[in-house]
Amino acid sequence: MKLFRIRGGVHPDDRKQLSAEQPIENLPLPPLLHIPLQQHIGAPATPLVTRGQLVRKGQLLARSQGMISAPVHAPTSGRIMGIGGYPAHHASGLSVRTLTLQPDGHDEWDDSCVGATAPFSMSPEEIARRVADAGIVGMGGATFPSSVKLNLRHRYALHTLVINGAECEPYLTCDDRLMQERPDDVRDGVMLMARALGVRRVLFAIENNKPAALAAMRKSATVQADLQIVGLPTRYPMGSEKHLVQTLVGKETPARGLTADIGVVVHNVATAAAVNDAIRHGRPLISRVVTVTGRAIRRPRNLHVLIGTPLDRLIEYCGGFQEEPVRLISGGPMMGQPLPSTRVPVIKGSNGLLALSASEVNDGAEMPCIRCGSCVSVCPCGLVPLSMVATIRAGRLESSVHLGLLDCIGCGSCAYACPSHIPLVQHFNYAKGELAAHQRAQHKQGEIKRLIEARTARMEAIKRAKQEAMRRRKAEMDGKKAQNEDRRAETAEASR
Amino acid sequence: MIERPLYSGPYAHERVSVRRTMLLVVFALLPATLFGLYQYGWPAIFLFIVTLLAAIVAESVSLWVMGKPQRPFLLDGSALLTGWLLAITLPPWAPWWIGVVGAFVAIVIGKQVFGGIGQNLFNPAMVARSALLVSFPLEMTTFPAPQPLLSAQAPDMAQGLAITLGDTTQVDAVTSATTFGHVKTELTRGADMDAALAGTYSLWEHLLGTSSGSLGEASVLLLLLGGVLLLYTRVISWHIPVSMLGSLALLATIFHLINPSLYLDPLFHLMAGSVILGAFFIATDLVTSPVSVRGQLIFGAGCGVLVFVIRTFAGYPEGVAFAILLMNASTPLIDHYFRPRVYGRDRRGRPLNHGDGEDQRP
Repeated sequence: MKLFRIRGGVHPDDRKQLSAEQPIENLPLPPLLHIPLQQHIGAPATPLVTRGQLVRKGQLLARSQGMISAPVHAPTSGRIMGIGGYPAHHASGLSVRTLTLQPDGHDEWDDSCVGATAPFSMSPEEIARRVADAGIVGMGGATFPSSVKLNLRHRYALHTLVINGAECEPYLTCDDRLMQERPDDVRDGVMLMARALGVRRVLFAIENNKPAALAAMRKSATVQADLQIVGLPTRYPMGSEKHLVQTLVGKETPARGLTADIGVVVHNVATAAAVNDAIRHGRPLISRVVTVTGRAIRRPRNLHVLIGTPLDRLIEYCGGFQEEPVRLISGGPMMGQPLPSTRVPVIKGSNGLLALSASEVNDGAEMPCIRCGSCVSVCPCGLVPLSMVATIRAGRLESSVHLGLLDCIGCGSCAYACPSHIPLVQHFNYAKGELAAHQRAQHKQGEIKRLIEARTARMEAIKRAKQEAMRRRKAEMDGKKAQNEDRRAETAEASR
Repeated sequence: MIERPLYSGPYAHERVSVRRTMLLVVFALLPATLFGLYQYGWPAIFLFIVTLLAAIVAESVSLWVMGKPQRPFLLDGSALLTGWLLAITLPPWAPWWIGVVGAFVAIVIGKQVFGGIGQNLFNPAMVARSALLVSFPLEMTTFPAPQPLLSAQAPDMAQGLAITLGDTTQVDAVTSATTFGHVKTELTRGADMDAALAGTYSLWEHLLGTSSGSLGEASVLLLLLGGVLLLYTRVISWHIPVSMLGSLALLATIFHLINPSLYLDPLFHLMAGSVILGAFFIATDLVTSPVSVRGQLIFGAGCGVLVFVIRTFAGYPEGVAFAILLMNASTPLIDHYFRPRVYGRDRRGRPLNHGDGEDQRP
């Protein structure tokens, strides 16, 4: 198949060999599960259970709330120990609403978990509904509710489903293992999604550095005529949605738009496997494969983990740290998030847990920019990162927007390649955050102004109405008085 | 466990640093420099060392005045590189104070007054070279013929030291015009191009580096070797050298075809003088050249055109330094107007419309 070139990109040392040969292992049940109500982009789920309640595996714990949201299910059977704050799987470590579940060890499925007998004769609506009910979100890390993307056919003219098996982040091997070990499940999930989207063409893209996964998927795909497995050149950020689509179909997604604007929807490999589980077996999304790796981990592994398992259980299972890690990362080293603690739970979007040693991080002291232009030549979005940083440092956030700050996908290629070790992404994230806060403040101000104006108008109206009423009453009174006087005059006349 | 602040990623980094970049350029200059030092013997070696030391002292003093830390900035190799570039563009037997004044001009006026590394508008070495050329035209245009180290007529260490300390008698004995100097003089005298070229160095001599000229600019072959190393290690990209040499060659060819007796053969334009050094090592200076590909092509082409114009029509026989400085001045403008196209947008910054009729979104 003809592939198209994308600009820029880098070739980081992928270090996938640390965990690539490790088959997926099931992590034993932990003593407690901490299941956050918000593991996805959108509104948090609303809890349906109370403290002390016994639940069974796969039972709905919290329902989706609003258009963009996802429900949460019980990863195993047990007792709800509480609903309260618990540190989030996030760099901030802020406390979020979390259900705490104590497993009873029986691991009994709930009766509601029933698979479909003929999944491929289901209507697209039915597939999308079941995906929504199963709480499936984008498992590549973005955690956008998958059913929303499956319903895009109503609003866009779609023609292609792209499955993202690039796994271009260094270290991560969970998708690689999934494709090698469960190719048929992945394939069926893909075909179900294609059915839901109503597209004819399915492109399953895998980077060429995963020959075993490519071979397994090619073998599995022989039974599906419209499923095409495509080997991609190995280059970061090949797995960026918009760049993947450009590589495959040769079109750029318009700025601020979605890939659906050019008729393409992208889903992740692990999402496909989850869709298959949900529809064929009736199992909601309650577990996922996580790569636990990095030089600081004694025995890197790919683990099948229940959602809500604290990260220290994973580390313990992998033999603990063989040296003190300098960084603990959720996700890959390029776009992953730093974690403040190992207490936080695994969530639906956690694809990797990295404990990096000092030798891997290659931290250098920051030096002034020497305008070498490395960031310009590696930027896959055609930006001039050095100018953006200069304007952000000068506090001119608006100019950085004109330079394309909001077109930045945050892939980190610029900071990776910078000889001066300037933390460019940190600057961009700061600026994006400031702008968002500014916008929120402005919105709030606008709202306040609107409400004040509405109140003034309302008060005016009330005042006017009162005055009107008073005037009318006065007029009435005057009328009555006149009448009375008339009457008095009449009676006086009559009496005379 | 983790005490350091939580920074955004990436948490992996290419094995690059400012120091590595600077040292790679120095390394790439090494063959041509060593050959130059060999060609011109002890006086050149003394001048080279003095210039480098002066550059490092100037950097250190500037850092001290500005209250910046010494260690990271002295070790980044940028002062070394600036001193090095300046030294190899000096006449090899120039007196010591040329190197010292040049190094201070380069580091203090060329670089530190702008705010230090990365902030300067002009290439510091070229600022210094031009300032020296304008201020001390005699010393800056007195070129000895090559006197290879250990050869019979070469000055020994003591004589070399005397030359560097300012003894001009020996220099006068062996001066030799550079190709461009000779051609310019002959042409102004009304001589024909063939006659002018007959009395000077051949292309072969320029290729190997046995012609007279600045300390490190003579050997086209060794400079190209260094240039290829820089391209291979991706310190520079091909755009500036190719567009600079290309535009120079194109213009020179056109003029040479129009009137060969008045305009020099394009091969001489490419191989004599310092254009190869300029194209690979000076015009490509990271700080003072544009960052985008289109910008670099325009910048390089501008350098090439200016080199030709200055060499052919201006009073100076050689114009690489002036050409590069003029284009350095236009770098901010080029960077402003020639940015890469942003993904998903057209050249004017509007979101792409793939022409599928109407906007697909409701």
